[in-house]
Amino acid sequence: MNSKLEEQPIIEVQNVSKAFGGLQVINNCSIQVAKGSVTGMIGPNGAGKSTLFNIIAGTLPEDSGQVLMEGRDITHETPDQLFHQGLLRTFQIAHEFSHMTALENLMMVPPRQEGENLFSTWLKPSLVRQQEEEVRQRALEVIDFINLGHVKNELAGNLSGGQKKLLELGRTMMTDAKVVLLDEIAAGVNRTLLVDLVKNIERLNQEMGYTFLVIEHDMDMIARLCDPVIVLAQGEVMMEGSIEEVRNNPEVVEAYFGKVD
Amino acid sequence: MNELVFFINNVVISGAVSGSIYAIGAIGVTLVFSIMRFAHFAHADMMTFGALMVFMFTALFPGAGAALGIPTPLLMLPIAMVITAFLAIGIDKTFYKPLREHGVKPIVIVIASLGVTLMLQGLIRLFAGTSSRSMYIEERKEIFRIDMPFDLATRPIVITEPQITLIIFTILAVIGLHLFLNRTRMGKAMRAMSDNPDLARVSGINTNKVVVVTWILAGSLAAMAGTFLSMDVSLTPDMSFFLLLPIFAAAIVGGVGHPYGAIAGGFLVGYAETLSVFNWSILLRRVHHWFPEWMEIPRDLALVGSEYKIVVPFFILVAVLVWRPTGIFKGKVI
Repeated sequence: MNSKLEEQPIIEVQNVSKAFGGLQVINNCSIQVAKGSVTGMIGPNGAGKSTLFNIIAGTLPEDSGQVLMEGRDITHETPDQLFHQGLLRTFQIAHEFSHMTALENLMMVPPRQEGENLFSTWLKPSLVRQQEEEVRQRALEVIDFINLGHVKNELAGNLSGGQKKLLELGRTMMTDAKVVLLDEIAAGVNRTLLVDLVKNIERLNQEMGYTFLVIEHDMDMIARLCDPVIVLAQGEVMMEGSIEEVRNNPEVVEAYFGKVD
Repeated sequence: MNELVFFINNVVISGAVSGSIYAIGAIGVTLVFSIMRFAHFAHADMMTFGALMVFMFTALFPGAGAALGIPTPLLMLPIAMVITAFLAIGIDKTFYKPLREHGVKPIVIVIASLGVTLMLQGLIRLFAGTSSRSMYIEERKEIFRIDMPFDLATRPIVITEPQITLIIFTILAVIGLHLFLNRTRMGKAMRAMSDNPDLARVSGINTNKVVVVTWILAGSLAAMAGTFLSMDVSLTPDMSFFLLLPIFAAAIVGGVGHPYGAIAGGFLVGYAETLSVFNWSILLRRVHHWFPEWMEIPRDLALVGSEYKIVVPFFILVAVLVWRPTGIFKGKVI
């Protein structure tokens, strides 16, 4: 494999700033996410993690700076365009199509299905059926993978908060993603499910080559999953390194717990 | 049997006519609501505008339809639908989109749409005045009289050409809408966006495009409903307020945000109106001998006088909402 290509970061944030009114939330922030990594992003509340996340995902316009994906400028692209380029995200508060079953939520994800064409449904019904069956099979595999097989025919709106989070992860597996942004995926998920979640993220990373950028408050999960870890504080990158380095950095401890004399 | 014919003429047919118009109007209102989450008050003015466009083109080329053997207004309808669709997109771009992008509360956009209503109404009156006009300029409205094959029925069933066309077009529009929503990519995108716009956006759906398509549908359906209403009766430039209330009632009764609900609601309101102004004494006279002799049947036995017709949709609205607060079809999502 071309090692030079591997070295190019898949996501590169360059000198991004963002203010809400007079509040400077992101201040000239630059980060890089290496291809194939599971990069963690931590920081105290109000550090600007979610804002930075929304800027990368295209849901929030930045004041200045730019975002690159595989070296290409994606600063002004919208979330739907980024989806088609393989940049997916989950939400801190899980989103779902509440009027569809869990399985249907997954089945609607793959773009450009034949059944979405009025003429195909009439002229090529066997092709439509065959493709739908393939999508269904894939969705069934995914739903077993995320341990939601027992609720696959429930309306997604009726699932618990934790189950919805898993469904969000499942959604990212229904299409060929390159980068997945996980916004506090562990929040509200119980411990046993969390172990599965971590395993699934690791598997997706290793077997399918997904790159993850993870915002997380759960330090155990960060420790198990992420390398490197980026620490944000007051809209700036405080440090970047392995979890040990982060834990042993007095500055980080201070940012989280205040000054200890 | 003449009473039955009378009932068919005055209730079955005219209920179907006003029901169809309300249904087509309510579909537009409900689609806009399900995608953009606000009540679009200017909808009835888009109906008037569409009808006015048809009238204008008919006045410019009064003989055009005769050459093809169809009424000229019908020939001009597609043009008016396109123009009204553009008007709808234009209104959205100028007035609603900036507000949406500022993330205002839906009520602000509702009030903006009230402003648009008044503006459109003023503009329409400025150009068309307030007097009513017939859509048939050089042609005559074709009236079909169907004789009943019974000896007892001496009167025919009367139905006009625009009424037949309207009913056919309504059926086609409903089938078309169903196929569009369930069998096309854009339909899928619309349903997704009505359920969860944020998730739709990160699932690769271009929500701006969905909004434009929604306005195209709403605008062209509005033009269609307005034109058929004007062809059935006449074009009154200030008809929108009389349309707005029953259409909103229909959309809400059916379950706002639900197109099939809008259709059901439209027909419910349409039939309720015609049934409530129908003179029941004509039917009762036939069965007079069942009643005790001292009871006389009054000459006029309508539930409400026709000038109070507008009350009926609201009575139904309240009654249905008490029984089923989300409307007949549980609303909110397509």
